[in-house]
Amino acid sequence: MYMSLYRLMAEGDKKKVAKKAHCSRNPVLARGIGRYSRTAMYARRAMYKRKTKTTETKIEKKMKVKTPSTITKTVGGDKNGGTRVVKMRKMPRYYPTEDVPHKLKNHGKKPFSQHKRNLRATITPGTVLVLLTGRHRGKRVVFLKQLSSGLLLVTGPLALNRVPLRRAHQKFVIATATKVDISGMKIPKTLSDAYFKKKRLRRPRHQEGEIFDTEKEKYQLTVQRKEDQKAVDSQLLPLIKKVPQLKGYLRSSFCLSNGVYPHKLVF
Amino acid sequence: MVFKRYVEIGRVAYISFGPHAGSLVAIVDVIDQNRALVDGPCTGVKRQSMPFKCMQLTDYVIKVPHSARQKFVRRAWEKAQVTEKWAGSNWAKKIEARQKRAQMSDFDRFKVMKAKRMRNKIIKHEVKKLQKEAAKKA
Repeated sequence: MYMSLYRLMAEGDKKKVAKKAHCSRNPVLARGIGRYSRTAMYARRAMYKRKTKTTETKIEKKMKVKTPSTITKTVGGDKNGGTRVVKMRKMPRYYPTEDVPHKLKNHGKKPFSQHKRNLRATITPGTVLVLLTGRHRGKRVVFLKQLSSGLLLVTGPLALNRVPLRRAHQKFVIATATKVDISGMKIPKTLSDAYFKKKRLRRPRHQEGEIFDTEKEKYQLTVQRKEDQKAVDSQLLPLIKKVPQLKGYLRSSFCLSNGVYPHKLVF
Repeated sequence: MVFKRYVEIGRVAYISFGPHAGSLVAIVDVIDQNRALVDGPCTGVKRQSMPFKCMQLTDYVIKVPHSARQKFVRRAWEKAQVTEKWAGSNWAKKIEARQKRAQMSDFDRFKVMKAKRMRNKIIKHEVKKLQKEAAKKA
């Protein structure tokens, strides 16, 4: 009977069964206090079996690259030519006489880039949205994807309603029930928040007059934008043409009239 | 005649509001001035009392004795073919049209607008043609 059990084990081992994660082996006595100490937990979790990193050999030690402590930089400007040596880690330039009181650490306050992005369930790739604010208000537009900042990437398409590849805010948009099947479309990876961010020219020469005269008020179209627009629209337009009357729908704009109440409308 | 439809035993009524809004029932008995015993075996309304206020009388009456059992109400209902007659009535058609209109999506509204415009264009075109002919004759 022993032999048969062994054989069964060997057959199972070959496939490397993935085990389900165990719940916490340290029951909670009160908030922040567990039943077992650190060393007891080490034994309970069998961490002695899980050592993956062994001590490094002498060869490995020699192979390790040490970050340089100094860097040589070229001297520019007036005293041009020649090099100077700069330390990478400098000594502190001030030692306070009394201990500076330390601020309490923050809990759970993340910067904007790490915030959780939500997307309404009604907005899926290919949904027709109605823009409510901005210069394109009232226009019906196709949703492509949500960018990492949470804003929605949207396109007219340009040929139908003069809305280019643009970002739109989820809150200022009505999601309609109409959807285009966009699953086969490939959106260029270069379209991100950095691509769409407004550029600011900041080189004021500190002159007395014309401080408030900003140089770049007008938006400049770049060749890259035109190409990306073409790449996206050439895939999107045939999909739109397949659905009858959708082209005319995207060309029209949304409006309210007498007897039409938004809270009663089904979008 | 001032009133054409009367509350009587067997009168089929349409429920306008309340939990059973939108279904038909037959008045089986009158309880007092404000309530009736009502039953809708073929429309999924259990036998219960219902105030007259939420009932709207239809043209249909089924032949049923007062306080008749549900089985006999069902039999009379099916014999009179009330559900079929109701589905073909203008009243029911208008209700359905109203529901459809409320469920229209934005795209549907656009399509309806285009269809209406096309239809009116054709009509106006024909009317203009007839007007021209009439003007010529005169």
